[in-house]
Amino acid sequence: MHNKTLAELSAGLTAGAFSSVELTRHFLERIARFDGQLNSFITVSVESALAQAAAADARRSRGEAGPLTGIPLAQKDIFCTNGVRTSCASKMLDSFVAPYDATVVAQCNAAGMVMLGKTNMDEFAMGSSNETSFYGPVKNPWDTAAVPGGSSGGSAAAVAARLAPAATGTDTGGSIRQPAALCGISGIKPTYGRVSRYGMIAFASSLDQAGPMARTAEDCALLLGAMAGFDPRDSTSVERSVPDYRAALGQDLKGLKIGLPQEYFGAGLDPAVGAAVDAAIDEYRRLGAEVVEISLPNTGLAVPTYYVVAPAECSSNLSRMDGVRFGYRCENPKDLEDLYKRSRGEGFGAEVKRRIMIGTYALSAGYYDAYYLKAQQMRQLISDDFKRAFEQVDVIMGPTSPTVAFNIGEKTADPVAMYLADVYTIAANLAGLPGMSIPAGFVGNRPVGLQLIGNYFDEARLLNVAHQYQQVTDWHQRMPQGFE
Amino acid sequence: MALERKDVENIAHLARLAISEADIPEYARNLSNILALVEQMSAVDTAGVHPMAHPLDATQRLREDAVTETDQRDHFQAIAPAVEAGLYLVPKVIE
Amino acid sequence: MEWETVIGLEIHAQLATKSKIFSGASTAFGAAPNTQACAVDLGLPGVLPVLNREVVRMATKFGLAINATVAERSVFARKNYFYPDLPKGYQISQYELPIVAHGHIDIELEDGTTKRIGVTRAHLEEDAGKSLHEDFHGMTGIDLNRAGTPLLEIVSEPDMRSAQEAVAYMKRIHELVRYIEICDGNMQEGSFRCDANVSVRPKGQKEFGTRAELKNINSFRFVEKAIDYEVERQIALIESGGKVVQETRLYDPDRDETRSMRAKEEANDYRYFPDPDLLPVVIEPSFIEAVRATLPELPEARRRRFVSEYGLSNYDADFLTASRPLADYYEDVVKSVGAEAKLCANWVMGDLSANLNRDGKEITDSPVSTEQLAGMIRRILDNTISGKIAKEVFEAMWNGEGDADAVIDKKGLRQITDSGAIEKIIDDILAANPDNVAAYRSGKDKLFGFFVGQAMKATQGKANPQQLNDLLKKKLSG
Repeated sequence: MHNKTLAELSAGLTAGAFSSVELTRHFLERIARFDGQLNSFITVSVESALAQAAAADARRSRGEAGPLTGIPLAQKDIFCTNGVRTSCASKMLDSFVAPYDATVVAQCNAAGMVMLGKTNMDEFAMGSSNETSFYGPVKNPWDTAAVPGGSSGGSAAAVAARLAPAATGTDTGGSIRQPAALCGISGIKPTYGRVSRYGMIAFASSLDQAGPMARTAEDCALLLGAMAGFDPRDSTSVERSVPDYRAALGQDLKGLKIGLPQEYFGAGLDPAVGAAVDAAIDEYRRLGAEVVEISLPNTGLAVPTYYVVAPAECSSNLSRMDGVRFGYRCENPKDLEDLYKRSRGEGFGAEVKRRIMIGTYALSAGYYDAYYLKAQQMRQLISDDFKRAFEQVDVIMGPTSPTVAFNIGEKTADPVAMYLADVYTIAANLAGLPGMSIPAGFVGNRPVGLQLIGNYFDEARLLNVAHQYQQVTDWHQRMPQGFE
Repeated sequence: MALERKDVENIAHLARLAISEADIPEYARNLSNILALVEQMSAVDTAGVHPMAHPLDATQRLREDAVTETDQRDHFQAIAPAVEAGLYLVPKVIE
Repeated sequence: MEWETVIGLEIHAQLATKSKIFSGASTAFGAAPNTQACAVDLGLPGVLPVLNREVVRMATKFGLAINATVAERSVFARKNYFYPDLPKGYQISQYELPIVAHGHIDIELEDGTTKRIGVTRAHLEEDAGKSLHEDFHGMTGIDLNRAGTPLLEIVSEPDMRSAQEAVAYMKRIHELVRYIEICDGNMQEGSFRCDANVSVRPKGQKEFGTRAELKNINSFRFVEKAIDYEVERQIALIESGGKVVQETRLYDPDRDETRSMRAKEEANDYRYFPDPDLLPVVIEPSFIEAVRATLPELPEARRRRFVSEYGLSNYDADFLTASRPLADYYEDVVKSVGAEAKLCANWVMGDLSANLNRDGKEITDSPVSTEQLAGMIRRILDNTISGKIAKEVFEAMWNGEGDADAVIDKKGLRQITDSGAIEKIIDDILAANPDNVAAYRSGKDKLFGFFVGQAMKATQGKANPQQLNDLLKKKLSG
């Protein structure tokens, strides 16, 4: 059962080949058996999962089931879930049980999906390796010495190891795409505003966007259909109808114009990753696509720009974590300042504190123009690069990450080296564009991801382009050893 | 820009973060490296470029003025570290 | 040395919406602690703000009322600081691009001239919660019901030169926000609050002196006292060789003094930046025009019209336009009576206002309707009752005994205007008091009042006073 895609599981449930309770038990058993090696879940919600599964079966017997009813999934532990702890992988929220559901969670529930549990992640989604989690690092199922990527590393590892058929992720600078690449699965970050941010614990509000992570593009299409949509509780949510993402998957790619930004293939790219990406592009040529070289001249400045915008927003977003109304509170504060400083100092990990401090500095008197305002101007230039590119091409392709998964501990001593691993993914967040990563080969035993960037609200095309590739390749069907 | 110990202390105070004395040099080093990365932006002339605050060129949607929330104090305060008589408690505030 | 005082005011007016500026929680005053603080107001992780349409409408209305520019595009920013009554660790406010800018309002000075006070800007923001300082085992309690209540912060130019001018300005703004129905103006409940920036400079000097910001002044009287105290303090300080420092000072009404808020002395660095959870507020010209169409006649214009159209004194016009419902009430009465605007004014300002005061009622809850009062005034004008009897009729109407005609009939208060009847009464009185008649005729003029009193007593006050006077004079001289 665990090797089936969402589409196949949906068919199986409809045909009565298995019930949701059986399916859910199967995945819960796999989590119990294998997650000790991976640490991909922070919380496994056995009881509520089985209750949801039973409810889904009942709904099916009443003839009210939708395509996703009864299908299990894992939620990234950044989404608030009423009654189930939402930690954001931080000591700060170790005891935090949200009194409400995030819109994404509510929509998955409304579709009848079954939540297996909450996946591990970088603390407050700040990281690219899942090593900043208060609950310890997640390991890459392909090689447990390697990181799974981050920040949605738990979701990626769980899906890759077939501990969940699909999972949700969030992507602020590549946090869906990079772990999807490093774990050999598919994941899409939609256009900013496509999926509600309500109840998703904010890292950087103008960059955060939730999306699905699954093994295939078709599964991403199915799940995105359930996640996307206008939410009146999110001012940045877009009032725009959600297309049937699955309907467009079958379209052929003849005449598709693919742009390859020269800046994504330069120094810094591991040649073996480059070769795998080249091979994937060749596959697209065979599918009838036209490939042109383009330029995104400000690519190199995306990381510097991001490390002003994201920390600035996070420094403010995380101010509410003050030990007063919820979350961690230090022992015996001697006064108010002590309460704030120790609760936050003890509750946040080092990377979170670094980013809060960078953001605080960038916004402080005398530095605002040089850092924050400058970064907003850079953001405009980066966005303009894409605007020009999309006048020429339909989709942009390149590597998701310059290297395959690195080893746990390899980059922890040097934050800047870690940040530069997101060089290809960050620009799409700054511009607000949709981006996707799909499996496109291996270097040794570690997966390579191909990144697809589309124009605003062009998710259906990205999914179509990814799906067509998956009809002629089998990278997405490969399974890491040791999880049978 | 290289940050000194005092800079780190000031920022940590503004952000209300307790940082141990021993960790300050490492913070100073890491933060300085990050700032050096960030300052690559200064190589680009952005004169006249309109700052972009949002990815989408959209405007604020307005909500109708209606009371839609009900009292959930007990539910909300069940997760609070310290409450009494419906109030959140903090160390004495001196005005 | 002669000193000049320079004052600018920052007024916080709570907007009279049903729900909060960014959430659907109620803004009603006085609920049990934290029962009107929803997830958004509490700043729980993951929640997001959505702007209330009504606050935009109200701010626009205010902008139009002070002849200001209503910004086509305004932006919400975050003001970052840590305080327990500020749940998110930042206040959502407007910084670089406020919704209203460059307006003005006129005040009247004591010498009768008017002075124009500039309003630099008015911006929208959310109110904070409240810290309750009664002792919870050495802890402070936080109530976040008020958190997220919409505020319009109205910032004046430093145009005022005395505490009296500051109070006059504050009163004008207070009157205006109530008039255009965007704020209830309740100062006890904190719906209308004021901070004052005060400095002094030698008369003739162009540059401003260093200012102190006075906080926590929640009545017109305290504004005056706080500023007067502060001005004296600053002058005394400078004259004794000291220097005014820029700081925030708290006014203590119990001791009538201002004192430095040392706890907040540390340099504030609010790290303002545009709130990424909210998009720019764009106001279309059609929206502005629709709001303009809802603007009532503003107090200043109405005051001028009351003087010119109804022939009222400045004092009366001022009194009657102090609130929109009162002015509306008065105009309804005048229109219904169709004449004698001054007499109508006397009744509204006299018995009606006195009774409202006595019973602690608002004009909108007056037991006597405009129709009832007008009906009674018509009976004075057509001589059915005298002004004196009218007071009795008014009281009866106040107590719910029906309209004027019913009261007059029921109580038999109709004025006696039949000359024959009055003459008969006079004859009886003169016959019963021969000594007094003789005394009057021999020059004791004062006794005239005695005869009037006797006649009124005999008619229970219903004799038409003018007729009675005339007839009595004739009889006594005859």
